[in-house]
Amino acid sequence: MQSATRPAWQQFVIDGLEEVTHGSWRYHAWMATLTFFMLLGSWAYSVQMREGLIVTGMHDHVSWGLYISNFTFLVGVAAAAVVLVMPTYVLKDHDFSRAVLIGEAMAVAALVMAISFVVVDVGGPARLWHMLPGLGLFNWPSSMLCWDILVLNVYLVLNFSIPLYLLYSRYNDRSPNRKLYLPLVLLSILWAVSLHLVTAFLYAGLPARPFWHTALMGPRFLATAFTAGPALMILVLSVIRRNTPFQIRDVTIGKLSLVVTVAAQICLVMLVSEMFTEFYRSTHHGASARYLYFGLAGHHALVPWIWSAIAMNVAATGILTVHRSRKTPVLLEVGCVLLFLGILIEKGVGTIIPGFIPEPWGKIHEYAPSWVEITVSAGIWAAGCFVFTVLAKTAIPIELGERRYRATPNHSPSAVVAPTLVMPDGTPVAPPQSAPTA
Amino acid sequence: MSNGLVQILNKPMDRRTATQTIAAGLALGLGWLETSCSPAASAAEKEKAKLDWQEYFQGNFKLMTEDEKRATVERLERQHQIRTGQTVNIADTDARPNVLFGYAFNISKCRGYMDCVRACQVENNQDRRSEMAYIRIHEHKNGQISFEHADDEYFHEVPAAGHFYMGTQCMHCQNPPCVDVCPVKATWMEPDGIVVVDYNWCIGCRYCMAACPYDARRFNWASPAIPEHEVNPNQHYLGNRLRKKGVVEKCTFCVQRSREGGQPACVEACPTGARIFGNLLDPDSEIRWVLANKKVFRLKEDLGTEPKFWYFMD
Repeated sequence: MQSATRPAWQQFVIDGLEEVTHGSWRYHAWMATLTFFMLLGSWAYSVQMREGLIVTGMHDHVSWGLYISNFTFLVGVAAAAVVLVMPTYVLKDHDFSRAVLIGEAMAVAALVMAISFVVVDVGGPARLWHMLPGLGLFNWPSSMLCWDILVLNVYLVLNFSIPLYLLYSRYNDRSPNRKLYLPLVLLSILWAVSLHLVTAFLYAGLPARPFWHTALMGPRFLATAFTAGPALMILVLSVIRRNTPFQIRDVTIGKLSLVVTVAAQICLVMLVSEMFTEFYRSTHHGASARYLYFGLAGHHALVPWIWSAIAMNVAATGILTVHRSRKTPVLLEVGCVLLFLGILIEKGVGTIIPGFIPEPWGKIHEYAPSWVEITVSAGIWAAGCFVFTVLAKTAIPIELGERRYRATPNHSPSAVVAPTLVMPDGTPVAPPQSAPTA
Repeated sequence: MSNGLVQILNKPMDRRTATQTIAAGLALGLGWLETSCSPAASAAEKEKAKLDWQEYFQGNFKLMTEDEKRATVERLERQHQIRTGQTVNIADTDARPNVLFGYAFNISKCRGYMDCVRACQVENNQDRRSEMAYIRIHEHKNGQISFEHADDEYFHEVPAAGHFYMGTQCMHCQNPPCVDVCPVKATWMEPDGIVVVDYNWCIGCRYCMAACPYDARRFNWASPAIPEHEVNPNQHYLGNRLRKKGVVEKCTFCVQRSREGGQPACVEACPTGARIFGNLLDPDSEIRWVLANKKVFRLKEDLGTEPKFWYFMD
């Protein structure tokens, strides 16, 4: 298939396309399932485009719903890529070198989903050109939404271009220019933190919604991001190392699980802190929290959800805090699943919806997502999984050395039994040691 | 500063706008191609398609020149005529100098008849299916002003014994949080203090609705429906002209009336005289008399929004 006459970038694209269109039946079944949900979601979105947002569960009192909840959660997942990026590129921690590409692919997928959730939420997606520089009007720096759009898109470009450059260099058997990518890496780390703070400020900057108008919003968003993001990463890495020749060492999972553990503990501290402030001397401003946790004036749609989330988070934090259970793969994975779901509920619906309930004049109009919202959301999640799978599927063979621009005929994939571990910049790494984790 | 393709196209060319103009030309050209190449389209259909494309690419109203504003409202009038066969008059009247509008609500006089709510709906061409209303009348029990315990969906004879009434609507804050958060500057405060929305520029993100502490803003969740014969033809671009689905709207102090020297529909409709509207900069206005002689207060002053909407009692 590989022709030396083609330019490298052409062959790179062709190899990539070949990689994503070939695979086991399980791979094809997975992609077919995702495609099915993407099509289903597109159809539901076409219904929403035709009828308007009336087909969602939202109304004038709860004017943001499932879409913005998902958006909020996914920005956190994207920001968490920094957990892998920083030690690998800056601190040269070799344990994370393998996982970092996966982490960045996850960030790209999460950003694609986050941006999609904003696009499906607006009433006039065709008028989004009003935001384009030069053509439209960008209310920067006044509107936090402008800040958010800016940081989201730059972060997307950073997380896409840095791994692309590293992989392309590796594909060409060149060592990447450190002076070229290191500044970008440093920028992306700074960007990840600001990305999620800005998303928190989107809500915290609204005195009209006392539930959101708290200084804890930003730190809590970061803590939940660094819990749910790496938890998802552990799950993804576990799947990858079970199903592909891509080696992820135990020590990598071990370090990641420590990050998750500490972040999950901080999340619980912040939850207690929030609940104390809201309930010790409950004021007028605590009405949303009362609605969320205990129900208000006979309305309690979110109560079972939030307590399930808290139960999941507490149980998972318990599992991860005990060394023996954290180091048991099955228990670790259970803990990660619980944390992912718990934070998805707490930070998504559990944060966005109560901001609107009660409404500014104290009345309660509850919200429940419609089938259109649920179907469109499922479609976007499927699209995110699709993007991630494509990125990971193309990146892994290059990283393993199976795909090269000028591959020698006897350099077949099967020859690569135990590939040497390398840093993303191509520096070889000492063979894995069963070093004990902290 | 230029924005919007139509505006850019009409501007004299310099190097800075060259790339913008190319993009504009491409986009408009596609529209032209679509309509002009269709052999089945009649002249009227072609005109409609052309005007719809111009509408889609129009710029932000606030940044338009007087000529552009005039051309825009004339096109909107023509579009309405093509669509429905009816004639509407869309004004683009600017704010008058030395005018800052303010509003006062007499709690002692309001008896909860809600004539203001109905007059507002009719005047401002609001969606009839969802019964959209800019004004909410809250029925309070004597002894407390507590909005969460008030009833704003009452369906009984008024005034109810032992109760009093308060209306809320857009407070036209002098420091409006909704304006700060809009990502595309589709909403702003006019020089005469009215907070308006450019319905053609709004992208429908609803950030302003989340930012408003007074529940002043409404969203068109579906295409607004108004029977043709009930459409109020006396319109203003920033006021009661017909909206599309997916955009935010709100009270504009009836800009189509107030800028022509009239009173908002709610003030005119109130049978008890509880509503007072006027120019805060005119020392002889009734609103100034109220502020000088009554003990007035505003709602949620702690949020620093500086509403231009006062309450008082006799």
